[in-house]
Amino acid sequence: MTGKVVANEQVVPNVYRLVLEAPKVARRAKAGQFVIVIPDPHGERVPFTLSDWDAEKGTITIFYQEAGVSTMKLTRIRAGESVYVVVGPLGRPTKIENHGTVLLGGGCYGLGGIYPLVRAFKAAGNRVIVMFEARTSYLIYNEEKICEVADELIIVTADGSRGVKGHVAEGLKTLTDNNEKIDHAHFVGCTFMMMLSAEATKPHGIPTTVSLNTLMVDGTGMCGVCRVEVGGITKFACVDGPDFDGHQVNWDMVFARKGAYFAEENMAYQFYRCGMERALTKTDKVGRSEVT
Amino acid sequence: MGKTGNTLTPKERMSIPRAEMPEQDPSARAANFEEVPLGLTPEQAMSEALRCLNCRKKPCVSGCPVGVQIPEFIALVSEGKFVEAARLIKETNVLPAVTGRVCPQETQCEGDCTLFKRYGGVSIGALERFVADYERNNNLVEIPPKPKSTGKKVAIIGSGPSGLTVAGDLILLGHEVTVFEALHEAGGVLVYGIPEFRLPKEIVRAEVDYLVQQGVRFELNVVVGMTIGMDEILEAHDAVYIGVGAGLPWFMRIEGEELNGVFSANEYLTRSNLMKGYLFPEYDSPLPPGKHVCVVGGGNVAMDSARTAKRLGAEVTIVYRRAREQLPARAAEVHHADEEDIVFQLLTNPVKIFGKDGKVIGMECIRMELGEPDDSGRRRPIPIEGSNFEIACDQVVISIGAGANPLLTKTVPELKLNKWGYIEVDDNNRTSMPKVWAGGDIVTGSATVIEAMGAGRIAAKSMHAHLLGLPQPGSEEEREESD
Repeated sequence: MTGKVVANEQVVPNVYRLVLEAPKVARRAKAGQFVIVIPDPHGERVPFTLSDWDAEKGTITIFYQEAGVSTMKLTRIRAGESVYVVVGPLGRPTKIENHGTVLLGGGCYGLGGIYPLVRAFKAAGNRVIVMFEARTSYLIYNEEKICEVADELIIVTADGSRGVKGHVAEGLKTLTDNNEKIDHAHFVGCTFMMMLSAEATKPHGIPTTVSLNTLMVDGTGMCGVCRVEVGGITKFACVDGPDFDGHQVNWDMVFARKGAYFAEENMAYQFYRCGMERALTKTDKVGRSEVT
Repeated sequence: MGKTGNTLTPKERMSIPRAEMPEQDPSARAANFEEVPLGLTPEQAMSEALRCLNCRKKPCVSGCPVGVQIPEFIALVSEGKFVEAARLIKETNVLPAVTGRVCPQETQCEGDCTLFKRYGGVSIGALERFVADYERNNNLVEIPPKPKSTGKKVAIIGSGPSGLTVAGDLILLGHEVTVFEALHEAGGVLVYGIPEFRLPKEIVRAEVDYLVQQGVRFELNVVVGMTIGMDEILEAHDAVYIGVGAGLPWFMRIEGEELNGVFSANEYLTRSNLMKGYLFPEYDSPLPPGKHVCVVGGGNVAMDSARTAKRLGAEVTIVYRRAREQLPARAAEVHHADEEDIVFQLLTNPVKIFGKDGKVIGMECIRMELGEPDDSGRRRPIPIEGSNFEIACDQVVISIGAGANPLLTKTVPELKLNKWGYIEVDDNNRTSMPKVWAGGDIVTGSATVIEAMGAGRIAAKSMHAHLLGLPQPGSEEEREESD
């Protein structure tokens, strides 16, 4: 049944891997596309990057972090239960070409999200270097899966606990210092990571794509909440993207618009958590009274 | 009233006062999302029905895009045969409870009514709404007997008013009908666009449910062109109807439109209606109430946005570049907005939106005057130089129309579009592709619910003829056959 949860597990602190039954999505998914999920009938429409799919089994995989009410709700859905809605695949697929050497960088959910790109760019004949960026070593996941496909995996940690110390910029430096010629770069991760990564590739003249993760409602070009400015032109991330030229994106605008509902998101999160706590307390009382 | 419908003279009929539908008090309703007009009582409906002169020419019917048998259903109402009246309407209009509420009757049936000028037209919309509500609320809706199956399969893309009409017409003719909907609820603009206080969603659900009970299949969360290809749809069906709506919001391309607090009307209304943002945080999609909301535009969608903002607690100003007489919205909507203390800044156009820390703090506008008529025949608004002024506001809802959403059409290069991206069709709503029909806003650009339904009816007739190998409506073969 579409929307049924096959697996929903924490892979590293605050990163979850969710496998859903979604045969129609799995059948047509392409690298770079996303799905919209509504956790329950009161929920929002939230976009998630497709991290993998299995057309035969009819399943899709997404990685997510608990960051608000919707993702908090997701963490509580167990295998065998269902999300209310899953729809997709949405967005333009990533343009896959043989560039030569391609650098694919992932951060947070992007460590999972980058996988279809690795597979697709590799299949197109590229030499694929993957760069994983994380705050610290224990936040690295999806390594084995990437290593099966990628030519090289570079790990970068902010605290230096593993691999190169720093961010994508420092990781990139180890490559350029070795005279590695990179023909194309693509980053999937939090907005800040994608912005800094695009800044890092710019001086080297490496054409850089970023997969933006804006707010969305319908995801079909109908509402315009996902509008971003790229090269001075307004685009809708849901139908014109999510991939855009990282050197042309107006990042200030992306950040500002992502924060549009910060206060409300906080409120919804607290509201939901309080509701959950109330429900838990009730059970407790009943439980105790039964014991005595 | 001792006399029955049959014995009244026209003069007596004309002397009956036009029924006034009771409404929620403006001050009360501006703070809730419940329906504004409360509907007629059975007595009111029967009295109003007696006003119908039963003219031989039936100008009201020619004014109706779906050709509802108006005098006939009104005669039934006057006799208290409400359910029979509802069923008669349903022969030509699958959504009477909807159209009775949202049709611009004053420019259609009621506007063409013989009584219109001197006495006010018969309240056809109110009567239509009354009988449909009467039938539904008293659980008297009957599912028509299943017709003999033709074995033909029809796909309908989009579950808005035109798609639902095609579905309703074709299921009655024995075809197998599947409706594909991109969103998670069926109804299209009826669920995402039109607010609860104008069209309760429970009614849309009942209408959809009526189709489901007749055997129409709804496949929600399917974005044709993405989730499933048009080629696959064509392969699996004998006829396809595209009714995906306009659905690409226009912005003004002025400075400051990227600021937080600037919404397309589509976003604003979808958040409120489909996502139930007005019930936040019970529902998760936020729609933060503005303090002062400026709505740009003068159509029904602008009125809906303004009245939604009002109910969320804002002071609301509608900014429209032409004069009051040119407001494209239904008179009733403008009247309701007036009653709810919504301010109209007419002959005014936005120039720039100001922001602070990424959020809207105001809008600069310029006064306009009307010049010579433009291509649309309406007098062109011209800015009055130096008349700029500012309106302090924290939200701006842009409601200046929508264009053709290319999501589906770009995946079907064979489908002929006009220069604006709308689908080209013939008189029977046939597209350039064999066995593909289209109608509603994706053909005409933004129009009304009933016009979309009218297009659906035309297409359904033509699709039926095609499916059974009959001559196309209006074709020479058809004329020969009927001679």
